[in-house]
Amino acid sequence: MSDRTIDRVASATPPPVARKIRGLSDRAIAWIFVAPTIFLLLAINIFPLIWTIRLSFTNYKANRIGREVKEIGFRNYERILTDSDIWLNMQATAHFLIWTIFFQVLIGFTLAWLINKKFKGNDLWTTIIVLPMMLSPAVVGNFWKFLYQPQIGLFNYIIAFFTGKEPSSFEMLGQVNLAPWSIVIVDTWMWTPFVMLICLAGLRSIPDYIYEAAEIDRASKLRQFFTITIPMVLPFLMLAVLFRGIENFKMFDLVVQLTGGGPGSTTELTSINLKREAFEKWRTGYASAYAIILFVTVFGLASIYVKALNKVKER
Amino acid sequence: MSSFSVNEPSNRTKWFAGSLVILYAIITMIPLVWIALTGFKSPADAISYPPKYIIGSDSEAGFQPTLEGYVNLFTTRTRQTQEFLDANPPENWADEIVRKYDMVIVGPSKFGERFLNSVIIGFGSTFLSVFLGTLAAYAFSRFKIPLADDLLFFILSTRMMPPIAVAIPIFLMFRNLGLSDTHLGMILLYTAVNISLAVWLLKSFIDGIPTEYEEAALIDGYTRFQAFYKVVLPQAATGIASTAIFCLIFAWNEYAFAVLLTTANAQTAPPFIPTIIGIGGLDWPAIAAGVTLFLLPVMIFTILLRKHLLRGITFGAVRK
Repeated sequence: MSDRTIDRVASATPPPVARKIRGLSDRAIAWIFVAPTIFLLLAINIFPLIWTIRLSFTNYKANRIGREVKEIGFRNYERILTDSDIWLNMQATAHFLIWTIFFQVLIGFTLAWLINKKFKGNDLWTTIIVLPMMLSPAVVGNFWKFLYQPQIGLFNYIIAFFTGKEPSSFEMLGQVNLAPWSIVIVDTWMWTPFVMLICLAGLRSIPDYIYEAAEIDRASKLRQFFTITIPMVLPFLMLAVLFRGIENFKMFDLVVQLTGGGPGSTTELTSINLKREAFEKWRTGYASAYAIILFVTVFGLASIYVKALNKVKER
Repeated sequence: MSSFSVNEPSNRTKWFAGSLVILYAIITMIPLVWIALTGFKSPADAISYPPKYIIGSDSEAGFQPTLEGYVNLFTTRTRQTQEFLDANPPENWADEIVRKYDMVIVGPSKFGERFLNSVIIGFGSTFLSVFLGTLAAYAFSRFKIPLADDLLFFILSTRMMPPIAVAIPIFLMFRNLGLSDTHLGMILLYTAVNISLAVWLLKSFIDGIPTEYEEAALIDGYTRFQAFYKVVLPQAATGIASTAIFCLIFAWNEYAFAVLLTTANAQTAPPFIPTIIGIGGLDWPAIAAGVTLFLLPVMIFTILLRKHLLRGITFGAVRK
């Protein structure tokens, strides 16, 4: 590929320049190789971010092109941070985050621990378990909506089968007390394998001789589990939690398809709320301030977490 | 693990662990199997209670498989009067299926187009991210770049941004540049999202290739470029392939940007599938058929290429 490009460039240029291109210094090559990536990220990630910051201080509305744009200082930020509805969205997000991480860590670690017993065919079953996390979250949300239908849905049927309740007596997506759990269940179904894979990598990184030494010291299996396995896997587990935390804080597609934020706003996570403000109410300036607040929150929390993670690693 | 080890679990432990894992795997597969089955049901069977799950059985739990869902997915239909139906006999098997509902096929649906868009945007952005990513990864791996660590962190941190947060200015930017609802716009956007992962993954692969090979090539009179594409690239082929699969899966699955920035021309399948509507509400068999067709390539990919994929998922954790 670059073979031909280079030859073409070389043959199209006068000999001294051609020699220069062929024999570029390492430093020049380094910059030529890195520049396109950096440029693309600047254009499509950093520039928009700066633009968002600028818009967040205005009352701009993207659907009214001719309208005069006024600088309004920190008014957008003030309004968001004092809005009690937004704190409800934050609460919904926190509920979603905490419980998905709890279940995924619990089930994911257990599965990894079981798979690490190296039973026959564990490769094949691991692959099958991994399938859900490879799928499109929006499409997953869409078909789980079908499974959750009261009366006709498979989920209600199975729960009814085991509990003896009427399958039409509860609505996973329609009831205020159940909807927050319906999204936790689907996210756990989808992403437990991710936590499992990272835990598995952690378990496999523990050298055998540590257990052999413990065995010689007559440490019980239970003791080995708590003093070797858990501490050695912990950094991996914490990393998995970080990735899941960031992803679920941004959660949009799965939940939008599943509940659309409803009933009422019980499952209206911050991203969904943000989308409403930005692309339905078209309060662009306000939504920009909201986006910046969310971004700073994720970034801040993640940095604190990474510091804690590094401390654990150093031990 | 051929020699004896104190860690080799007993057969009973293995058997116990194995059955629990298999049980979980089976439970995890139920929703997917159910969707695949629903694609072959008639609308009435799809929403019947109790659910029908035995293919081709006449019992209460059985249903006769039909291609209705797939026909509805790929076609648009209109209801016709009895006289019209009598005057025009069905042209083919698909037409015959829809005649049951006094309908005729009037043309293809948008699904084929949307699916094709997914393919074009998926492969386009994958090619671009892997191409740019390989160059950048090679440079980061082999040359001293000032502030390399900061740049690498910057590249990774772009992934922390919620898509909706950057969607507002990207929406405005695309509108000004005429990139709204175009394939090129979506390809550039997905490339920008994917490239951070591509650079990090590829760097970890290229770091694993000993520098001696290139040094030998340089001494033999190769230029840096030649050493790069004749020596390093072939050895990084596996890494490049598995990175490509990751980028492809992301672009294939993406929804938030697609739903906000495309409407018709460049819309991909994920925003389209949930909008398939039949008579009196959502057409679940057609949706299930679309979901099945859309998820199948990814599932096949995952099973065939599991070793490379698993390395990619855990790279962040295993990396020092």
